[in-house]
Amino acid sequence: MVQKKSLAAPYLVWMAAFIIAPLIIVVYFALTDSAGNFTLDNLMTIGRYSTVFARSLILAAVATAICLVLAFPVGYFLSRLRTSKQHIMQMLVMLPMWMNFLLRTYAWMSLLEKNGIINRILGLVGLGPFEMINTSGAVVLGMVYNYLPYMILPLYTAMTKIDQSVVEAAQDLGAGMGKILTRVLIPLSVPGIATGITMVFVPAVSTFIISRMLGGGSNLLIGDLIELQFLGNSYNYNLGSAMSLVLMVIVLLCMSFTSSFDEEDMEGVV
Amino acid sequence: MKQKHWRALQQAYMVLIFSFLYVPIAVMAVFSFNESKSRSVFTGFTLNWYKSLFTNSMILDALALSVAIALISALISTVVGTMAAVGISSMGRKSRLLINNLSYLPIVNPEIITGVSLMLLFVAYRGFAAWANAHMGADLVPQNIFGLPTLLIAHISFSVPYVIFNVSPKLRQLDVRMYEAALDLGCNPTQAFFKVVMPELMPAILSAFLICITYSIDDFIISYFTCGNLQTLPIAIYSMTRKKVSPEINALSTIIFLVILAIILFTNHMDSRKYRRDQQRG
Repeated sequence: MVQKKSLAAPYLVWMAAFIIAPLIIVVYFALTDSAGNFTLDNLMTIGRYSTVFARSLILAAVATAICLVLAFPVGYFLSRLRTSKQHIMQMLVMLPMWMNFLLRTYAWMSLLEKNGIINRILGLVGLGPFEMINTSGAVVLGMVYNYLPYMILPLYTAMTKIDQSVVEAAQDLGAGMGKILTRVLIPLSVPGIATGITMVFVPAVSTFIISRMLGGGSNLLIGDLIELQFLGNSYNYNLGSAMSLVLMVIVLLCMSFTSSFDEEDMEGVV
Repeated sequence: MKQKHWRALQQAYMVLIFSFLYVPIAVMAVFSFNESKSRSVFTGFTLNWYKSLFTNSMILDALALSVAIALISALISTVVGTMAAVGISSMGRKSRLLINNLSYLPIVNPEIITGVSLMLLFVAYRGFAAWANAHMGADLVPQNIFGLPTLLIAHISFSVPYVIFNVSPKLRQLDVRMYEAALDLGCNPTQAFFKVVMPELMPAILSAFLICITYSIDDFIISYFTCGNLQTLPIAIYSMTRKKVSPEINALSTIIFLVILAIILFTNHMDSRKYRRDQQRG
């Protein structure tokens, strides 16, 4: 069309000032001490928090795996429904997502707490009370609950492209349930799986609200550490920036992993 | 017989998953009508929490601020983003790819990093302003920008990429010949743009505007790091959850859920009506 490159100018300026410059400042803070001298101490200090980093990665990975297992059948069943029904069901999956995640997590607080509803119901049958809130299990539950729709939707999208006749052909050729799953459904939904993993893992590994509300004080995650350095009691921008930098690298690694996985497998299939 | 079992199993599984998604929300809604403050024993029906919610000035102020920020930031983002999309579309392949990749940064980065990095920028600015004012011997540069300005900047920053990625595909589908025809018929480029290109882009621009509003109203993490002393609605909700007592928060959840449900049903209804109309037209 016409030459209107200059129309992008305001955005380019904005992007340089408020997207790129802030990230450069993070790198600068991560590599300097409070006096502004170059140092690698911040990055070294992170070693002391390796348990927190390990916990974040493990809890996020567990939550992602659970989401994948739970969401896979949902995606498949949804994709086999009639189109008009699919639309409504898709809305039903998205609806909780539209509610503020603080409120959703808060709902779980009242369900899980010691005098909470679940313990009371279990008490009626003579069980419990169980220690449910302030455990790492509660944090995983919160992650699964909050991010499950992010796994269902890409899986569903990927699976709508799987023709039912492909599944039927596999059946006709004598494949059982397990074979259909491992040889047809999973390979064909790999793009959805990859997207779903990123969309669940990235927010789960960087959260600080879920761990604070459901994990009590004993289940600190990377997000909590970073928040403490910037707005909490620890108050160390340099260390916080170094942690952010490490978190960014983790996320980038995760994303390059899922996207490469995605392409390789697609080549194998197509 | 086997088929039947399979169907029943399938339905049972779906019921289970959807109850997992909806039971917490339902529980909150039920307890918003609870007479006592208990979060687990239902003692009697009341609407008091709804009444006190609407006299809670903290919540109402926060809501007003959230709506204002959402509207302003969505408006600016939509204008800047649409302009950017048009500009980028007329660039070469290489610079287009570079800008698109950079625009993905705020989308793929964890929100906490976007929040922290903007906070650092604003802190750095504060240092710069102090230095500049001291140098000039007068308070010419505003120093304390934490609050409305920082919130707006943050919200616009994470919104604009969504506008670009919404409008750009539409722009690629556009028929250049229409635009050229307008020029041939005597429009100048500006007229041709507003009379031919804009109407075509309008649905994409509108949906981008709505996406910006929803992301802005819902955002907690980035606002949390850039708000200063101001409270948007999610931040007010957060401070309420810290206090752990007020059933007003249940009432608020229920209202928000119903509003969202109404919006979704309404848009769904409009969509299906439009679909039927298009079908009739053939």
